[in-house]
Amino acid sequence: MQKYFLAVLVENKPGVLTHVSGLISRRAFNIESISAGYTEEPSVTRINIVVSVESENELDQVVNQLSKLIDVIKIVNLSKSPSIERELVMIKVRASKETRADLVSVVDIFRAQIVDITSENVVIELTGSQSKIDAICEVLSDYEIVEIARTGTIALSRGPIPVKQM
Amino acid sequence: MKMNGARALLESLKQEGVELVFGYPGGVVLKLYDEVYKMKFPNILTGHEQGAVHAADGYARASGKVGVVFATSGPGAANLITGIATANMDSIPLVCITGQVANHAIGKDSFQEVDVCGITTPITKHNYLVTDVTELPRVVKEAFFIAKTGRPGPVCIDIAADVFNTEFDFVYPEEVNLRGYNGKYPVAESAVDEVVKAVEACERPLIFVGGGVIPSDTSDTLREIISQLGCPSTSTLMGLGCIDADTDGYLGFAGMHGSFGANMAIQSCDLLLAIGMRFSDRVTGRVKDFAPNAKIVHFEIDPAEVNKNVHADLKVIGDLRYSLPMFLNKIERSSTNFAEKFSAWKVQAVDKGSEHPFSWTDEGDAIKPGALITRISELCDENTIAVTDVGQHQMWAAQFFKTRKPRQFLTSGGLGTMGYGLPAAMGAKLACPDKNVVLFTGDGSIMMNIQELATIADNDIDIKIVIVHNFILGMVGQWQRLFYNHHYSASELKCKRDFVKIANAMGVRGFKLTKADELSADLPEIFYSKGAAVIDVFVPEEENVLPMVPGGRRLDQMVLD
Repeated sequence: MQKYFLAVLVENKPGVLTHVSGLISRRAFNIESISAGYTEEPSVTRINIVVSVESENELDQVVNQLSKLIDVIKIVNLSKSPSIERELVMIKVRASKETRADLVSVVDIFRAQIVDITSENVVIELTGSQSKIDAICEVLSDYEIVEIARTGTIALSRGPIPVKQM
Repeated sequence: MKMNGARALLESLKQEGVELVFGYPGGVVLKLYDEVYKMKFPNILTGHEQGAVHAADGYARASGKVGVVFATSGPGAANLITGIATANMDSIPLVCITGQVANHAIGKDSFQEVDVCGITTPITKHNYLVTDVTELPRVVKEAFFIAKTGRPGPVCIDIAADVFNTEFDFVYPEEVNLRGYNGKYPVAESAVDEVVKAVEACERPLIFVGGGVIPSDTSDTLREIISQLGCPSTSTLMGLGCIDADTDGYLGFAGMHGSFGANMAIQSCDLLLAIGMRFSDRVTGRVKDFAPNAKIVHFEIDPAEVNKNVHADLKVIGDLRYSLPMFLNKIERSSTNFAEKFSAWKVQAVDKGSEHPFSWTDEGDAIKPGALITRISELCDENTIAVTDVGQHQMWAAQFFKTRKPRQFLTSGGLGTMGYGLPAAMGAKLACPDKNVVLFTGDGSIMMNIQELATIADNDIDIKIVIVHNFILGMVGQWQRLFYNHHYSASELKCKRDFVKIANAMGVRGFKLTKADELSADLPEIFYSKGAAVIDVFVPEEENVLPMVPGGRRLDQMVLD
């Protein structure tokens, strides 16, 4: 299975996310993550999809099927061009006085941040590639992880040309 | 001009050229129906919302116009679902307008509330929820544009009840402005050039047409291409009529119950020109062994259909309105004399087909389905529209009814919806009052929307309803006979229903035919008589539709007898 990153520009209208996610599920495509947010144009929403497919042919199917949705304005496969990919994670870890120092050093090594702290826990925030986030989660599993929230990957192409002009 | 939303909706429909809607009133569309009353907007009240949506579908298939349906919220909208899915699978343009509970009541599990957009998303080309009356004209304009352009399909507009009552300044937009859809599908000329080279290089080409030829109105160009190439041709079930059944080299339709000749030609051709079709599993047999010797060329408007089921070696993506004339023009200018080059192969393909033509064996004085449909086909001219339900009779109709023109054979191909036939036939007759309409149905299918007999009587809709009455759910029974040791589980219809009496009770004339000689003695008179008639024809129970490609088998592994 190969992963591809798709940037999908859609009309900012109610129901658009349902149309996109519904299509992905009923056509039985595998997605790793999906996230959506506002863009520089108020009428456009950007949906970031990481799709996992067996072949280029299957990827074409995903793109062609998504393109048929009326509210989809444009789809770009960012895996084809140089791009920056990032994911944000927040991890709540049980932290006693004894373990706090260890956690701080893990946070430093990963260049993460501690964004909340109580006598019983810390909340760690990290932005990075998916593999880096997987790595910190792996390390922190030696401690007691209370909960994790991840955004899924978003990506932006390098250079001056935006997706809408690609 | 100042008006309320209900009036604005009807004015918008008039702007779109809508002459007739099929609909059923209810709580949240009372205001809409009040305006229907005031404007005398033609509305056919059906017996059930499913009847309305299939009727709109039949209307659209017969005329090429967009079919329009009204239904109320909740159960009204939910009753449309099967019909919308039917239209979606066969790419039929519909605009389905449903009332929704009022804005303040949405999301509260209100009386007769159902999430129409949620339910219809997988089975529509697009859908809308209108909560603000000022959006209504734009939405209607877009809905018609989306439904009829490109690959056509159904569009739902769900309208909150208070929108119908709200006054606003109505202006109907001149044009549609959608960033994600322009309805244009241009063709790359270089792709067509590649196909011409492939045709010049091949020895055994086969033209395989699908339902896509019908909405693109390219059947005339297609016929010229066939005559220019002089090669054999076949069609899918949905493509029936695109090629005249009597065309030299036409092998009949292909697929699960298609002709021996067509299926054998697919398996032995070296170039398959697939035009406006989607390689449905009913037509490919075991897909990895489909057309194993052929280079496959796919002419198709929808890029998502290319390489979906069958890999295309060459693809011509775009509207057939552009690609087919371009292709014709190029083959006309080719130095190859195609007709001469392919004539031996055409004769070979036709001869192969004549080894096992569609046929039946007479048994005493019983009426055989093949004989019945052949007889009716003889009584019909090229302006007769044949409509079918779903099951054995549908396949017999496809096999024995001679279809000569596009929009002449209406059938639920993709979804296979029993109950489609009667309302669709009604819609077809209303779309084309000058044409004769004959419905082939079964004793199973007719029961699924039999309430529409009353609609037919009430509106004097002159269609001839032929019930191929075999006392069983025939196709289910055939599979049970062949693959489940004759275990007729829940498929026998040895009950006491009397279709003549049902017809009479609904206000339709009814006739019963039980003996073969009645096909020549009584049938023509009934058939040519004025007014709707139910013709209940008793046929033997254990008759199989043959040939048959069992599930998971290659196209050339047909069961022949």
